[in-house]
Amino acid sequence: MATAEAEPAAAPAAATRPPWTATLHGWVVTVDHKKLGILYVLMAVGFILVAGAAALMMRLQLWAPNLALLPPTTFNQFFTLHGTTMVFFVGMPLLIGIANFAVPLMIGARDMAFPRLNAFGFWATLFGGLLVYFSMVVPGGPPAVGWFAYAPLTENSFARGPGVDCWALGLIVSGFGTTTAAINFAVTTLSLRCPGMTLRKVPFFVWVMFWTSVQILVVMPPLTAALVMLEFDRQLGAHFFDTQAGGSAYLWQHLFWFFGHPEVYILVLPAFGMISEVVPVFSRKVLFGYEFMAAATAAIAFISLGVWAHHMFAVGMSRALDLFFAAASMLVSIPTGIKLFNWLATVYGGKLVLKSPMLFALGFLSMFVIGGLTGIILACAPVDLQVTDTYFVVGHFHWVLIGGTVFGIFSAIHYWYPKATGRMLSERLAKWQFWLLFLGFILTFAPMHVAGILGMPRRIYTYGPGRGWELWNQLATLGALLQAPSYLLFAYNIVASLWKGKPAGDDPWDAWTLEWATPSPPPAYNFAVVPTVRSRRPLWDLKHPDDPDWKYE
Amino acid sequence: MAGVLLADAQNLSILDPAGPPAESIRGLFVLVSAITFGIFLLVEGVLIYSLVTGRRRAGPGDPEPPQVYGSKPIEIAWTAGPALVVFVLVLLVGRVIWEVQPDPDRPPAGAEPLRVTVVGHQWWWEYRYESYNGRELGFVTANELHIPTGSPGTPRPVYLTLQSADVCHSFWVPRLGGKTDLLPGRTNQMWVQTDEPGLYQGQCAEYCGTQHAHMLIRVVAEPPAAFEKWLAAEAAPAADDPAGRAGRAEFLSLSCVNCHTVRGTPARGTFGPDLTHLMARQTLASGTTPNGPADLRRWVNNPQQVKPGCLMPAFALTEPNLNLAVDYLETLR
Ligand code: HEC
Ligand SMILES: [Cu+2]
Ligand SMILES: [Cu+2]
Repeated sequence: MATAEAEPAAAPAAATRPPWTATLHGWVVTVDHKKLGILYVLMAVGFILVAGAAALMMRLQLWAPNLALLPPTTFNQFFTLHGTTMVFFVGMPLLIGIANFAVPLMIGARDMAFPRLNAFGFWATLFGGLLVYFSMVVPGGPPAVGWFAYAPLTENSFARGPGVDCWALGLIVSGFGTTTAAINFAVTTLSLRCPGMTLRKVPFFVWVMFWTSVQILVVMPPLTAALVMLEFDRQLGAHFFDTQAGGSAYLWQHLFWFFGHPEVYILVLPAFGMISEVVPVFSRKVLFGYEFMAAATAAIAFISLGVWAHHMFAVGMSRALDLFFAAASMLVSIPTGIKLFNWLATVYGGKLVLKSPMLFALGFLSMFVIGGLTGIILACAPVDLQVTDTYFVVGHFHWVLIGGTVFGIFSAIHYWYPKATGRMLSERLAKWQFWLLFLGFILTFAPMHVAGILGMPRRIYTYGPGRGWELWNQLATLGALLQAPSYLLFAYNIVASLWKGKPAGDDPWDAWTLEWATPSPPPAYNFAVVPTVRSRRPLWDLKHPDDPDWKYE
Repeated sequence: MAGVLLADAQNLSILDPAGPPAESIRGLFVLVSAITFGIFLLVEGVLIYSLVTGRRRAGPGDPEPPQVYGSKPIEIAWTAGPALVVFVLVLLVGRVIWEVQPDPDRPPAGAEPLRVTVVGHQWWWEYRYESYNGRELGFVTANELHIPTGSPGTPRPVYLTLQSADVCHSFWVPRLGGKTDLLPGRTNQMWVQTDEPGLYQGQCAEYCGTQHAHMLIRVVAEPPAAFEKWLAAEAAPAADDPAGRAGRAEFLSLSCVNCHTVRGTPARGTFGPDLTHLMARQTLASGTTPNGPADLRRWVNNPQQVKPGCLMPAFALTEPNLNLAVDYLETLR
C-alpha cells in the first residue's frame, strides 16, 4: 500500500534548465505513470499521422472507377497497415496512455502498482509497432492480408516474404505490453485506492478501466497464442492453419474473433468512462444512475465475451449458432442503451458549459448511438449475410471507433491536457478541430453505408464504372480530405499550447475528482498528502460542505 | 432507391431482391432499419432538447443545478423497454435465418432443383454442374453461372455447394441473397432462386489476395428452354473447327495445357479456368475485361497487364504463335 503519509521531498526548483540530453534521458528511463501516459499518447499521435496518410491515399485511389494511383498490392498493404496500426498502435495506446495518466491521480495514488512493468508496457508497445513497420524494408514489403489476417492467406504458400512475420511478431510483442498494462490497472485499482475510496466510490472512468483490463486479460492471451501458432506454421513447419496440410482456416477465425470482438469493447469502454467524467462536469450535474452504469459496464464486459462469431455468420456455422450469436449480440445493446440513457439523463436539466471537452463529448453522444444502431442491424444474422464484408460494415465500425472512441479520446485529452501540462489548449483551434472532424467524419462514413447497400465489398482496390458506387465514393473521399486537417490542427495545438497556452491552475474546469486537487502538472509524487474521501465526488464535497454527496450515496 | 435507376445488369443493390432469400432479408432489413431509426430520432431529440434548454439555463455565477443521483424506476424502465425490443427482434431473426438457409436435401414439392459445386480459386470461379431436376450433368465451366428461372408452380431452386481451392472467398450476388464463404477444408451450402430472367452480378466478398477486386460473379438466369440449350452446348466437348486446326496444334504444344482444360483434347489442366466453351462467356478473367478477339489477344499476350498479379504468367509468345493460339481459342464456342 502506497498510502504511507511520509513527507515527500520538496519539488525541485527550476533554477537552471537541464541540457536537452538530460531531459531526453529522463523521459526514456522514466517509470512515472504521468510521463509514461504522455509517451503513450505521443506515440499514438505519431502512428495516427502515418496510418491516416495511408487511409487518405486509399480514399484517393477509390475516388473514381479504375484509377491506378496505387497498385493492387500496395493498396492491400495499406489497408492492412492502416487497420493494424489504428487498432493496436493508436486506439489502445491512446486509451491506455490517458488511463495511465489519470487513474492513479483519480484514486489518490502516488503511481501505478508496478511502475517498472508500466515502463515495460510502453516500450513493448512502441517496439512492437516499430517491428510491424519494419516490414516496410523487408523483401516483399508489408503484409497484404488485412488486419484480421485470415488463414491461409497468411501461410507460407500465399504470403512468401517476411512481412507477415514482422506483423505477427510485432503484435506478439505489443500484446505483452498491453497485457502488462492491464495487470497494472487491475492491481492498482484494487489495491492503491486512497483511504475512504471503496470500490463503490471510485470515479467512473476508473471503474471502466478495471473492466477493460479484465477483458484485455481474457482475450489478449488467445490472440497471442494464435499468432504464435501462426509463426509455428510459418517458421517451424507446423500446420495449425495450413489448410493444404489439413490445418483449419475456421480455427483462425474463431481464435481471432474471440479476441477481435471484445477488442471493440476494449477500444470503446474506456471512451465510455471518459465521457462519464466529462459530461457531468460540463453539465454541472452528478452522473445519473452510477450504480446502473457500473452494472452495465460489467454486463458489457461479460456479454461481449460471448458474441465473437457474429463476425462469422457467413462462414456457414449452423442455423442454431447463427441464432445464438445474433441473440447474444443484441443482448449487448441493452447495457449499452442503459449507458446512453444515463448520459442523456445527466445532460438533461444541466447547465451546459460548451468548452472543447464537452463539444467532443456531445459529438460522442450524438454519433456513437448511430454506430450502435447500425450494430443492431448487423447483429440480425440474415441482414449481416448481405452487408458483412461490404462498405456498410466499414461505415459501421468507423462510426463506432471515431464517433465513439476518437471523440471520447479527444474529449479526454482536451479535459486532462491542462492537468498534464499546466497549460490550456487553444479553444479556438479546438473548435475548428471539432467541426472539421465532425462534418468530415459524417461525410466520409455515411456514404459508405450506402455504397455497401448498393453491393460494394470492402478491401477492393478498384471497381468498375456504372454500378452506382461513384458518387458515394467521391463523397467519402471529400470527407476524408475535410477530416485530415483536423488531426493536424490537433497535433499542432497540443505542441503549440505548451508554450502559448494560458496557465491552467489546479482546477480549470471546476471539477470534482481528486486529480484536480493537486497542482498542474502534478508533482512526481502526485499528492503531498494522501487524500481521504467520503464520496465519489470528493471535490464537490469540499466545495459544497452544506450539501455533500456522501449524504446521498 | 438509387439502385432502381441503374441498368439492371449493373444493379447490385440489396434493396432490389430478385429471389426469395434476398426478399426475406430485405424485409428484415427494412424493419430493423425502421426500428433503429425510431430510436435514433428519440435519442437525438432528447439530446438536442437537453442541449438547448441546458444552454439557456447556463449563466455566469449561477449556483449549480439540482443534483439528481438517479432513479430506480426510470432505470428499470429503460432496461425493460429495450429488452422487449430485443426479444421481438430475436424471434424475427430466428424466423428469417431458417427461411434463408433451407435444407438443400429437402427441396419444396414440385421443385426442379439445380445443383452446382462452386470452387473458389485465386481470382476466378469454377462451376461444376452436378445435376438438374435429378438428371446427372457432370461438366465443368468457369466464371459464368447459368441458372434456370422458375415458372408458376415450378420453383427452380439452385443449391450451391461451396468449396475453395486455396484461400477463403465469399460468394455474393446481392439481388439473389446473402453471402456465404468458401473455406478451404470445409464445404458450405447456399441457396439462390429467381423467377426473373436476367444477368445478376456480384463479386467475391472475402478478401483473398492481390486481385480480390477482380473476382467478379456473373449469374445468367434464363427461362428453362434456353437453359436446357445452354446445358447441352456446355456439356458437349470442344468444337473441332477445321479452320482452327493449326492453332489447335500450337495451343496443345504450349504450356497452356498444364493449367487449362479443353474437353476433347489432351489439355487437362485444372489450375486455371476450363476453356472448353470460352467464347460462350461474355467476359474474361472473372469479369476483368469483356471477351472478344482483341481482348482475348491482349489477355493471352500478357495477362499481367490486364489483371496485375493474377496467377497466369505472360509467356512472351512470338507474334505468329500468339495469333495461332488466339485463333484457336476463338473457335471454342
Ligand atoms: C500457370 C498456369 C497457367 C498457364 C500455363 C496458362 N494459364 Fe491461362 N489462366 C490461368 C489462370 C490462373 C487463369 C485465371 C486468371 C484470373 O482470372 O485471375 C487463366 C485464365 C485464362 C483465360 C481466361 C479464362 C476465362 O474464363 O476468363 C484464358 C483465355 C487463358 N487463361 C488462356 C491461356 C493460354 C492460351 C495459355 C497458354 C499460352 C494459358 N492460358 C496458360 C493459368 C494459366
Ligand atoms: Cu464484433
Ligand atoms: Cu476471392
